[in-house]
Amino acid sequence: MASHRKRLRLNWIDCTVFAVLIAATAYVGYRVDSVLEYQWDWSGIRDYLYRWDEDQQRWVANLLMQGLYTTLRLALWGIALAAIVGVAFGIMRTGRRLFPRMLSRAYVELVRNIPPLVFVFIFYFFISSQVMPLLGVEEFVRDATPGTLAWLEVLFGTPNLIPNVISGVLCLAMLEGAYVTEIVRAGIQSVPKTQVEAGFSVGLSRWQLMQHVILPQAVQRVVPPLAGQFITLVKDSSIVSLISVQELTYLAVETAVSTSRIFEVWIIVAFLYFGVCFSCALLFNRIEKHMAVRGQ
Amino acid sequence: MSPQNGSQDRAKVVVEFEGVNKWFGDFHVLKDINLRVRERDRVVICGPSGSGKSTLIRCINCLEEHQAGRIVVDGHEIGNDLKSVAAVRKEVGMVFQQFNLFPHLTVLQNCMLGPTKVRGLSNSEARDRAMQYLARVRIPEQADKYPGQLSGGQQQRVAIARSLCMQPRIMLFDEPTSALDPEMIKEVLDVMADLAQSGMTMLVVTHEMGFARTIADEMVFMDAGRIVESASPEQFFTHPESDRSRLFLSQILSH
Ligand SMILES: Nc1ncnc2c1ncn2[C@@H]1O[C@H](COP(=O)(O)OP(=O)(O)OP(=O)(O)O)[C@@H](O)[C@H]1O
Ligand SMILES: [Mg+2]
Repeated sequence: MASHRKRLRLNWIDCTVFAVLIAATAYVGYRVDSVLEYQWDWSGIRDYLYRWDEDQQRWVANLLMQGLYTTLRLALWGIALAAIVGVAFGIMRTGRRLFPRMLSRAYVELVRNIPPLVFVFIFYFFISSQVMPLLGVEEFVRDATPGTLAWLEVLFGTPNLIPNVISGVLCLAMLEGAYVTEIVRAGIQSVPKTQVEAGFSVGLSRWQLMQHVILPQAVQRVVPPLAGQFITLVKDSSIVSLISVQELTYLAVETAVSTSRIFEVWIIVAFLYFGVCFSCALLFNRIEKHMAVRGQ
Repeated sequence: MSPQNGSQDRAKVVVEFEGVNKWFGDFHVLKDINLRVRERDRVVICGPSGSGKSTLIRCINCLEEHQAGRIVVDGHEIGNDLKSVAAVRKEVGMVFQQFNLFPHLTVLQNCMLGPTKVRGLSNSEARDRAMQYLARVRIPEQADKYPGQLSGGQQQRVAIARSLCMQPRIMLFDEPTSALDPEMIKEVLDVMADLAQSGMTMLVVTHEMGFARTIADEMVFMDAGRIVESASPEQFFTHPESDRSRLFLSQILSH
């Protein structure tokens, strides 16, 4: 822990920047207000976050909050899966065997050199026609007992949308997994060869070496870029709105259209995304500090 | 090989090089190496920089491959299959010039990794063993620190303990004191001298000629990839046979 905080001190540059910012904001507000003759109306928007349910006599999440929950689920599963994909392909990428190395390289280059949108469209077609029937998600959900269903609802949201959400997670994970792969590769390659020799000389096998010596150090070294990539994943999750996954962006479009309160809706959505991403950033910061203390 | 006393003549040969050659690309690093190390032997290898000393001992635990000749370690011929590599590495410990501890693990965890993962010891057995060897290298109180928090001499002693925890039959040392400040050299050499006393089979690459003279029962002098001379320490230090070893000794002993 830092024993004493840095004193907050403003010099004239800070003041100028600050003044310019305020002026710019005021100007934009003025343009929107007067020139566009936009009528601000925040009153109805709150209902799109939470609405009062007469039947249940309580507040329930409406479109925007439902969208946020779906986005959070996408982010959580997406990060977990992207991490697994990234570590697996990252290990393959640095391995001795040619075929896995080539496979991993092909995957990374494919994803990196196709626009994310195009990738998602193509990959979604593949998922919905091939992977989902293979996984049997729909049947599983249909035949699930009420107990299981309750769990599924916590983990993946409304049962009838589960296949939809899973498609989104798969797309997102495969998309971001390629970038995680590159980060993991860089991490693995940054661990000095002498660590390999030390591991071998106490008798570890290649796999044990990777598991106990190389990977922990590799991950420790790449926590900052990894954190950045995971935050990007949260933001990129809006892409899967294009394959009709009903997450925040998708439902924001619907809300904006049906209320025609375009600015208000998108400003709220921006705040929601900001809140999620910034919390992630703070969390990763803590993890980074924690690891730094441990690893010396 | 040099004449040895009677009891050692009967001891088992644990490391044997027969006509070993090794190349790095076009560069011929090891030339027709013949060497025989018996159980409890303490062999010190010296020679000018780049003569192939490190490469020679790294062949023993398969950190380097040789291209011609035969190396047999503890009954396993090296180079045949992966199984023999695994078997050999279990029985051969190595201490490096730069310590090469695992920086993300504590001293204790460094010492427990091999025994638990390779020897299959339980955590508590491995911990007991680690503490025992840490006490032997005289730093049991540092067990919970990370390597980065220790001095060079302490790190090197941890590295020795880490190897010993595998209870190897042979220990290799590659210039274990070359990266240390002068005041820390002694603490490491003392530990090594202890180990020599206890009857460990040791191959040591070092420039510490005073130490070599006291613990070695065989000196091997290398130059340009060849073993030029191998003799008992008395013989080697007082009447070196070859011109090159004479030159080497005069250079290294003069300062
Ligand atoms: N991986 C490698 N690839 C190519 N050449 C190498 C490699 N490792 C070592 N060499 C070369 O082989 C020769 C012998 O190296 P080695 O490290 O065995 O020497 P050394 O006797 O241990 O020297 P020093 O006292 O400097 O440690 C050197 O000329 C070195 O440049
Ligand atoms: Mg060397």
